[in-house]
Amino acid sequence: MSSLVAALSLNPVSDLEQMTAYPFMVNALWAGTIVAVMAGAIGWFMVLRRQTFAGHTLAVTAFPGAAAATLAGLPLAVGYFGACGLGALLLAAVGRDRGSSTANESAAIGTLQAFGLGLGYLFVVLYGGQLSSLEALLFGSFLGITEGQVQTLLWIAVAALAVLVAIGRPLLFASVDGAVARAAKVPIRALSFGFLVLLALAVAATAEITGALLVFALLVTPAATAQRLTARPGLGIALSVALALLVTWVGLTIAFFSPYPVGFWVTTLSFGLYVAVRLIEAIVSRAALAAPGAPEPEPT
Amino acid sequence: MFAHEFMRHAFLAGTFVALACGLIGYFVVLRAQVFAGDALSHVAFTGALAAAAAGVDIRLGLFVVTVGVAVGMGMLGRRARPDDVVIGSVFAWILGLGVLFLSIFTAGSSGSNGTAAVRVLFGSILGLSAADARLAAVIAAIAVVGLLALSRPLLFATLDPDVARGLGVPVRAIGIAFLVLLGLVAAEGTQAVGALMLLGLLAAPGAAARLLTYRPWWGLALSGAIAVGAMWLGLVLSYEISSLPASTAIVGVAALAYVAAGAFDLLRGDGRRIRGELAQAGRGGL
Repeated sequence: MSSLVAALSLNPVSDLEQMTAYPFMVNALWAGTIVAVMAGAIGWFMVLRRQTFAGHTLAVTAFPGAAAATLAGLPLAVGYFGACGLGALLLAAVGRDRGSSTANESAAIGTLQAFGLGLGYLFVVLYGGQLSSLEALLFGSFLGITEGQVQTLLWIAVAALAVLVAIGRPLLFASVDGAVARAAKVPIRALSFGFLVLLALAVAATAEITGALLVFALLVTPAATAQRLTARPGLGIALSVALALLVTWVGLTIAFFSPYPVGFWVTTLSFGLYVAVRLIEAIVSRAALAAPGAPEPEPT
Repeated sequence: MFAHEFMRHAFLAGTFVALACGLIGYFVVLRAQVFAGDALSHVAFTGALAAAAAGVDIRLGLFVVTVGVAVGMGMLGRRARPDDVVIGSVFAWILGLGVLFLSIFTAGSSGSNGTAAVRVLFGSILGLSAADARLAAVIAAIAVVGLLALSRPLLFATLDPDVARGLGVPVRAIGIAFLVLLGLVAAEGTQAVGALMLLGLLAAPGAAARLLTYRPWWGLALSGAIAVGAMWLGLVLSYEISSLPASTAIVGVAALAYVAAGAFDLLRGDGRRIRGELAQAGRGGL
């Protein structure tokens, strides 16, 4: 685990200078920024489409990919993106399952996930497993990010976001009202496959920073928080991205100055925001109910 | 193979754990709560590491945390069926906590302590002592008995919750009791195949059984049998192939059983399905 303790001087300027004096920290901040933008935007659609479980499974398939890449001596990114792409193909194959129930689909996804993890463990054992590298694969590390990785991430993010912008409107239509979209000749199946591929890209990119198990902190929680706050798509996506950015930056900074891992801080911050929003929501709605002559709750 | 004590222990504990996983897994699939099962099994990781960081028996943390979270999820969700997004948010955070405990634990003691985390994540069925194996078998047996006692109303509440509620079946309480049992089994299974791969033993046998038969009691029995079979075959395989970890072998066999069931269902159901689609097309639907 990365435990890099630096003294916090409580002077923001000198603290920032101290942090950015380390090239790895600059790389981590850049990579975190790129990943947060991508995860925030794609995560918003994922939450809207209720594909949380599929996202989690894609995230988990990043682990055997990375382990296989380590075993074969390939760059980790090849493993992450290769495995997530393969996972997206398999999920799409399972998902079209002749229109059967969601129960069967999620069982298939779960089986796929467990099998992928099993394979990953096998690869780690075959590699003769360094424990610290196993932990980094699962829980992320911001110490080892190189400039080359940051550049790769940037290109992938630009491509993914461009595709998302291109298919955004029909995707939104298909996600919100599949039946009407189908009647309006929107290619639902192609869209959902395309979205799974995008999701796989986002997950693989996020997994490089947060590790395979903690991808959700950037992919689900900010998006879920944003959807609690607003139902408007454009605003919601912007909010989701902003929250993901905030969580990443603050999380990386705290992790830099504290002995505890970045994964813990990022998950805790994003979950804290989510809980805070739900609490405020509950209080506001209770107050609205209690107040006599309160206005009708606005229709959503 | 049975000359080795560790294999005997693995078979003793594994049989009961797999039976419990297979039986409860059938209901998990039937109730479409695979994601909840997934979350509970990952929560087990945090529980075990919290106990390790605090220096108490890992099993204590496992059981307290999984059962506690199971109750919490049941109370939060409507009809004791928590929402996917809520589960996702909660369990991302709980895994984050697990990482915190892991780093505290690794920093607090020196030496080969990282192996504890790997054992929790990926299972250690070949490393059980005689007492461990007996305890695991007893707890799994209790979970099986509890599930069977609950199974009739549970099945009713699963298949038709509205009618069940109308007839006075306490659907919500049953849902919570089910999640508690699931938490118990998740804590048990974590010791066998690990927090990460437990889902294979929960979802794959249940899903395979559902593909093979529509009759619930047959399905339940079949699911348990597939899980136990996967456990035995997986243990034998990992004994024969020394570089193959036991948990990978067990989950791999379970996944294969699911794929085989899917292929069987496809072959058997093709004619029926084509007729069904024709009928549907005749009605004007796509």
